[in-house]
Amino acid sequence: MKNTRREFLKLAAVSALGVGAGRLGFLGDAPAHAGALPTVANFEEGLKAKHWGMAIFSAKMTPELIEKCRTACHSEHNVPDIPGNKNIKWFWGASYEESFPTEHGHYLSEDVEHRQFPLLCNQCETPMCVKVCPTQATFQRPDGIVMMDFHRCIGCRYCMAGCPFGARSFNFQDPRPFIKHFNPQFPTRMRGVVEKCNFCAERLAVGKLPSCVEAAGGAIAFGDLADENSDVRKALREHFAIRRKPDAGTSPSVYYIL
Amino acid sequence: MYNAKYIIPGIIFFLALIFVPVAYNMGKNFEVKPELPKDQKDCIEDAQTMRDKHMQILNEWRNEAVRDGNRIYVNAKGQKYVKSLTNTCMSCHADKAKFCDRCHETVGVAPYCWDCHNLTPNQKTPIPLAAMSEAGGH
Ligand code: SF4
Ligand code: SF4
Repeated sequence: MKNTRREFLKLAAVSALGVGAGRLGFLGDAPAHAGALPTVANFEEGLKAKHWGMAIFSAKMTPELIEKCRTACHSEHNVPDIPGNKNIKWFWGASYEESFPTEHGHYLSEDVEHRQFPLLCNQCETPMCVKVCPTQATFQRPDGIVMMDFHRCIGCRYCMAGCPFGARSFNFQDPRPFIKHFNPQFPTRMRGVVEKCNFCAERLAVGKLPSCVEAAGGAIAFGDLADENSDVRKALREHFAIRRKPDAGTSPSVYYIL
Repeated sequence: MYNAKYIIPGIIFFLALIFVPVAYNMGKNFEVKPELPKDQKDCIEDAQTMRDKHMQILNEWRNEAVRDGNRIYVNAKGQKYVKSLTNTCMSCHADKAKFCDRCHETVGVAPYCWDCHNLTPNQKTPIPLAAMSEAGGH
């Protein structure tokens, strides 16, 4: 009797372990975030443009909305949440002075002075970061998107020095432990590479608009700058817009409607 | 030749030493049995092509997908697949340890794909590198 009880307890312990391991295991458990895998048919419907661009209705951009867009972007792309000066940012908010330092906006209207502006890589037409990258890890696609090939990045950070907008971040450490909202369908990065906004090239490829554009609910117009009927050209035709640091000569593809 | 009586035996000894592993493994067949997906019969190409060329194929995929934005792969039979390590390869070969690692460990290569690419599109959390760097790193 004693023996069988021992055996039973042992068996129970082993099966409990087994069940526990099964539950702990990440395999087989559907992640909270991810949707269905994109199919070949999705990729065949990819969006195409001659030159992608963006127009931001800055007056509609409250700090809450900027935060919403930032979360959408950062969860989509596994951007880690690292506190302090090692932080990684693809989309963030800043004051007028920080966003447009060459505009010398003295005596600004109260509204503009206190406004937060959403910032991201400007996907410049003549990007300085591409010129200085020694490995061509940063390159420009024919549709204007300034992309990073993380496989080729050697972490020299020339692009960070070259970019006049501080649009790039360096991974000082393994980012994986700092990823809060994980999207298993998008890769993470490793220590020693630079990263930045990619204009959601992976979403355009399956026919979707960028995450931040979707999250902004109309406060960001996105489309083909070469097509005069596109949303972005319509927004620019009807409103006065400025670009960041025009004298840096990089010709940003992101416009700010004041 | 000066010191020939030392140098020649020395060279012979050296050659013998470096050929010991070759001689030791000569004629031996090492067998690796990776676990194949149970619910799938065919890979994107036939097994021999995959065995010989999966690294070249993956290298081409990454260049074509990232640099040219060309993300659809058409195989020898004309079937189409999405070029993606995690979302295509790893969604069938869901257990890296029982598939990829068995060969990689036997032949002593430690590819660093998984430093960034996720193990499966069903993964719940990112897996930090520490666990994997013991496998050899790069
Ligand atoms: S904003 Fe900076 S990182 Fe982005 S394209 Fe322009 S120069 Fe390059
Ligand atoms: S375009 Fe995409 S990658 Fe760039 S900031 Fe918006 S959501 Fe992020």
